[in-house]
Amino acid sequence: MAENSFHDGLTVSSSPHLVTSLDTKKTMIHVLIALAPSAVMSAVFFGFYPVCLILGCMAFSALCEYLYDRIMKLPNTAKDCSALVTGAILALTLPPTLPIWMAFIGCAVSIIIVKCLYGGLGRNIANPAIVGRIVLLLSFTTQMTTWQYTGFQRASGVDALTGATPLGQLSDGVFSQTPSLLQLLLGNRGGSLGETCIIAILIGGIFLIVTKIISPVIPLVYLGTVFIFAIIYYLIVPQEGAGAFYMAVFHLLTGGAVFGAFFCATDYVTSPMLKKGKIIYAIGCGFFTMVIRLFCSYPEGASFAILFMNIMTPLIDRYTIDSYYGIAKRAKEEKKKAKEGESNG
Amino acid sequence: MLFGNKRLPSIEAGHYKNTAGSATQVMPTPERVSLSMSENIGAPCKVLVNKGDHVLVGQKIGDTDAFLSVPIHASVSGTVSAIETMRNAMGGMDTFITIESDGKQEMYPDLKPPVIEDQPGFISAMRESGLVGLGGAAFPTWVKLNPKNLIDVDTLIVNGAECEPFITSDHRTMLEDADNVIDGMLAVMKWLIAEDGYIAIEDNKQDAIDKFRELLKERGITNIKVFPLPARYPKGAERVLIEEITGKKCDAGVLPASLGLIVMNITSTAFVGQYLKDGVPLVKKRITVDGDAVREAKNVMVPIGTSIKDIVDFCGGYACEPKKILMGGPMMGRAVYSDRMTLIKNNNAILIFSKDQAFIPEESACINCGRCHEGCPFHLLPTAFADAFAAKDAKRLKELQVMQCMECGSCSFVCPAHRPLAFINRLSKAIVKEADSNGGK
Repeated sequence: MAENSFHDGLTVSSSPHLVTSLDTKKTMIHVLIALAPSAVMSAVFFGFYPVCLILGCMAFSALCEYLYDRIMKLPNTAKDCSALVTGAILALTLPPTLPIWMAFIGCAVSIIIVKCLYGGLGRNIANPAIVGRIVLLLSFTTQMTTWQYTGFQRASGVDALTGATPLGQLSDGVFSQTPSLLQLLLGNRGGSLGETCIIAILIGGIFLIVTKIISPVIPLVYLGTVFIFAIIYYLIVPQEGAGAFYMAVFHLLTGGAVFGAFFCATDYVTSPMLKKGKIIYAIGCGFFTMVIRLFCSYPEGASFAILFMNIMTPLIDRYTIDSYYGIAKRAKEEKKKAKEGESNG
Repeated sequence: MLFGNKRLPSIEAGHYKNTAGSATQVMPTPERVSLSMSENIGAPCKVLVNKGDHVLVGQKIGDTDAFLSVPIHASVSGTVSAIETMRNAMGGMDTFITIESDGKQEMYPDLKPPVIEDQPGFISAMRESGLVGLGGAAFPTWVKLNPKNLIDVDTLIVNGAECEPFITSDHRTMLEDADNVIDGMLAVMKWLIAEDGYIAIEDNKQDAIDKFRELLKERGITNIKVFPLPARYPKGAERVLIEEITGKKCDAGVLPASLGLIVMNITSTAFVGQYLKDGVPLVKKRITVDGDAVREAKNVMVPIGTSIKDIVDFCGGYACEPKKILMGGPMMGRAVYSDRMTLIKNNNAILIFSKDQAFIPEESACINCGRCHEGCPFHLLPTAFADAFAAKDAKRLKELQVMQCMECGSCSFVCPAHRPLAFINRLSKAIVKEADSNGGK
């Protein structure tokens, strides 16, 4: 008995005894790789400063998280690389001329207020980068809506240094100056750093889907909703000089919808888990993006739409989980029975 | 091909089938064996021998009248040196009979092939053989083959999927003992009047698939078919296997027999074939010995009750300091606390891991990625279980169908935050069971 109670220094743990090599950090590194094409294209279009902006935001975000953990005496969570992703996504949604100190304020809001104060990665209710961007947009509206023309546009005869984005032009009613669809696809237009080159975003997005980091449901449904909404709208309210189909494609390729669909709306923490929930969420994102674009005073609404659906996510999760097992239905029936019992009694 | 093509979710857990090419070596008789008196899920057996008795191979040393149990037989010939209560591999207390081997391996003279005339005769022969489900559940075979609705049973599925990483003992059984598998199947199908038989094998064991197809053709058997499965985890789990082959949904707590099916492990089936020929009860077992802390990874035929230490010594000893010893595979196997633990009937592998392989990754926060749900063969929601478990909410856990979980470990495996989800599921099920037994009064 005594001999048998001897413990040989063996680890005794619950099965399984194997785990995947994919961890949170690797997931984040995959996202960083997927963001690289957009970052490279922003440098191609807007020069050297965007590179400083992106790297600066990444470094500052990680620093914020590290310092927060140090001050609050928490384990260091900066090494999971999620702060780098937040910084990179935030930077890629900023205009190319924004002073870097303003971007740092955005990073600090994203990391400290939206993420760390809520309990760190996994517990934030909204996408940190999106909130950081919205805070900057409301605080520094002029700088956040000053759009630089790309180097190519200026070389081909555009005189001014800055001008409106295609969506801005549409919103202002000067639609005739908008670039061709091919130019929009390549990204040769004014806009945020990472949102202009659709091809670069698609390369990154497809990389994430192929490596199974994200499911294609959210981006496809999101962009599909934008497309269908636009077609219906322009069939009812025709745009002068362009068909409904052209306008729907135009809405897909301009603004931040594609970037948002692949990199912001797919954030695990703030999007629903079940497929049904993902579909509801993505339809909501697409719907509100278009509502803001067409009916509100802001020319672009992707970030507001995603933020709104982020906040809806716990509700969607709860509803879809309950309906998944028929819990919701049963609860309804029980309620009905109870009511009947009352009225009978 | 047969029934639809909608597959249940599964995961890529890696195969590590290092020993697939290693033919089984018979281990020399160890100096002593210790046989547990509760080697199946039923009540423990009563000891039938006394200290100092001389016993022979195959002699019954433990038995009971309780339901769900089978007799225990001596696995070596020699002298009973101790009958004592000790802690078993599961952590509970058990009676163990220790036999000092005389090295002669004399067979018990009364052992002869069973003469079977009817189905009850077959069932009692199965009970006498000491056979339990060798795939891991240790469910007594005689109970499984004696369902209440015998008349409805029309299909026998033999499980050679072996989806656990590392383990190749079933694979070796299929290659080395294929005739016994088919004989065993024919006997079960004959006495249970089942028309169809399937041998389910994962497609990473093409040699076994080919071997059975050839053998069935040679012997002119047409009602047994080989069913290749995709080599993914956990295709070999009974409930998954049933749905893959027949398309019938088998919920937790539902006996396959009520769906007209009997599912048997391939090694159990091979044993049935063998037992009907020579009448030697279950006293030895083919196991895979592998892991980075053992010198020679191989398949070994070992007498039941041999200590892990003796088995490792036969495999060249420890290559480095062992940090984790598993009975069974890495996905569902049990970590034991000492290498003095002895082999029980339903073990199919001993895995010895060094500190590199036994590494337990640090747990981090859930990022809501949903991989646990996508990897779950039954579409369950481990993260929702974990939330309800944290709140100790038995009602919610029950609503979320936690009892459907078979603890295959897929959720823990795929979790990028390395949360111990399968462990939480196990504890959650215990909470629900407790609440049920309190509420039932």
